[in-house]
Amino acid sequence: MAITLRLAWRNLWRNPRRTWFTASAIAFITVLLIFIITLQMGAFDMMLDTSLRVFTGQMQIQREGYLDKPQMRVTVARAQNLAGSLRRATGLPGIAVRANGFALAASGTRSYGVPVVGVEPAHESAVSTIPRLIRQGRYLANDTAQELVVGAVLARNLKIKVGDELTLLGAGMDGSVAATVLPVVGLFESGSPELDRHLVEMPLQTFQEVFSMGQEAHALVISGPSLERMAATQVLVRQHMPQDPALVLLDWEKLLPGVKQVMQADIIEHWFLYIVLILVVTFSILNTFLMSVLERTREFGIMLALGATPLGIGRLVLLESTLLTLLGLAIGIVLGGGIALYFNYYGFTFKGMQELYSQFGFAGVITPKITFVNVMTGPAVIFAFTVAAALYPAWRIRRLRIVEAMHAVH
Amino acid sequence: METTVVCRGVSKIYRQDTVAVPALTDIDLEIPKLDFVCLSGPSGSGKSTLLNLIGGLDAPTAGEIEVDGQRVDKMEKGALADLRLRKIGFVFQAYNLIPVLTARENVEFVMQLQGVGAEERTRKARKILKEVGIEELENRRPGELSGGQQQRVAVARAIVSEPSLVLADEPTANLDSKTAENLMQLLRHMNREHGVTFVFSTHDKLVMEFSRRLITLRDGRIVDDVRRD
Repeated sequence: MAITLRLAWRNLWRNPRRTWFTASAIAFITVLLIFIITLQMGAFDMMLDTSLRVFTGQMQIQREGYLDKPQMRVTVARAQNLAGSLRRATGLPGIAVRANGFALAASGTRSYGVPVVGVEPAHESAVSTIPRLIRQGRYLANDTAQELVVGAVLARNLKIKVGDELTLLGAGMDGSVAATVLPVVGLFESGSPELDRHLVEMPLQTFQEVFSMGQEAHALVISGPSLERMAATQVLVRQHMPQDPALVLLDWEKLLPGVKQVMQADIIEHWFLYIVLILVVTFSILNTFLMSVLERTREFGIMLALGATPLGIGRLVLLESTLLTLLGLAIGIVLGGGIALYFNYYGFTFKGMQELYSQFGFAGVITPKITFVNVMTGPAVIFAFTVAAALYPAWRIRRLRIVEAMHAVH
Repeated sequence: METTVVCRGVSKIYRQDTVAVPALTDIDLEIPKLDFVCLSGPSGSGKSTLLNLIGGLDAPTAGEIEVDGQRVDKMEKGALADLRLRKIGFVFQAYNLIPVLTARENVEFVMQLQGVGAEERTRKARKILKEVGIEELENRRPGELSGGQQQRVAVARAIVSEPSLVLADEPTANLDSKTAENLMQLLRHMNREHGVTFVFSTHDKLVMEFSRRLITLRDGRIVDDVRRD
């Protein structure tokens, strides 16, 4: 070990209490950041997973341009054939076809404009939680069944119940009038106010007949086994997609840009708080380093007299601060990582959260997301701040006058 | 005769607020190579100031100083640091060892600054510690050594890089007379065996006896310069 390193390390232990106090402050903020960041990322994953599993799916194959301008005629031809071959080629069960339309839904004296979605009942449950969240009645029986399920809030607004008929009036793909009267066989409560207030689902073939769509549809909704494997699923699907430039594979960021924006805003908001916390710790560390340099003015004077340069002594001070920071970070990473691992195993929840989420088919338990980036981002920022804090005391050494420094008394 | 130190018209004035305090006035001095010179005089006579100026630790207000043919008074900070590192060794009254380093590491410290490799550093440090008679204490830190032992480490540190000049400011001031005498014998030995010029300050008569040249300062001026060999 080089003398400079030994010197720096031993200098830290001249005042063990101060060193432990400073290292503990660094460790504390490190633990806090690791736990909060991994928990926040875990919460994001839960929120995203919940959002995607309710209806949107992890990704969708659409005709190019449909997402920006969802017109009925912008379709995926022979969508069910394509979905079948993709299921076989990829081995992914979570691929379901949907067709989207818009209609005036009327019952008695009430009517609302609603989105109507044609779904494959046999496959829909693999990409959406709605089939499992029927509160009254049942879900759609099969592709050809002449029936509807509607959101519970919409049903309340339309004053209909299971068994009642709902009249739908819209425009077909060919411009013809799409009109039908179908019985409501089930009411769902997805937990998404948007879906519960507006959505009407009907079997795909029924939809295609009502809206004159032939064999066409608008989207293949795809959900892989987990969020962690989403990137791999995307690669797999892309490998087996037909080489048709008109078809695009859209990930969740494109399908739900709002969710991403919410996450980014949340991250920025939290980082503002983290930076304030880190600054508080940094100033206490700066104070420690300043004291340490001030106490050793005489020693630095001697070192300068012996031929050391202010730059060399500044490096020594920086090395000391680096070692001290690394010590605090190491303790913090072990403790913070341990806490994150514990909650990753047992989950993190609070009173009421589990009950609320379980109503909609979710666990309601956040598991901290432990990745290298999530664990190391906080410590990396702390490291940068604390080492930067040591630059000032290191810089002050440049101003030392040797003779005065050698006679300094502390 | 080859000279190690030359001072021409050197003056140093300290300023305390608006008051000018002359510490040295018009010093002319030549110290030949291998000399063993003692600066004596009462406190405040300018001994330490002169040593500081020769060592480039402080700058003269006026005059020229040369060490080994290099103009110290004209040098930039970096060049001065390099001169101190390679050509001048220092021994201080209060030993001034680095407290967290062992005796050997203190001796190695200067060599590390010079960029000497680890193995050679250790070899040289052990050799010089043996020469100053404390090889068995090489792993002790300064706090575990007596004053005399610490000063021997300081001498070893000053001499290990074989500088042309060693400046010792009251090296025996904190030592008892027996230890002081031993230290002076050691410095004389180093002067002869290592071919190093020594300039030291003292007001101890016993220490003066060891010098080959005794320069007396009073009120910042040289009042006597006696060669004794």
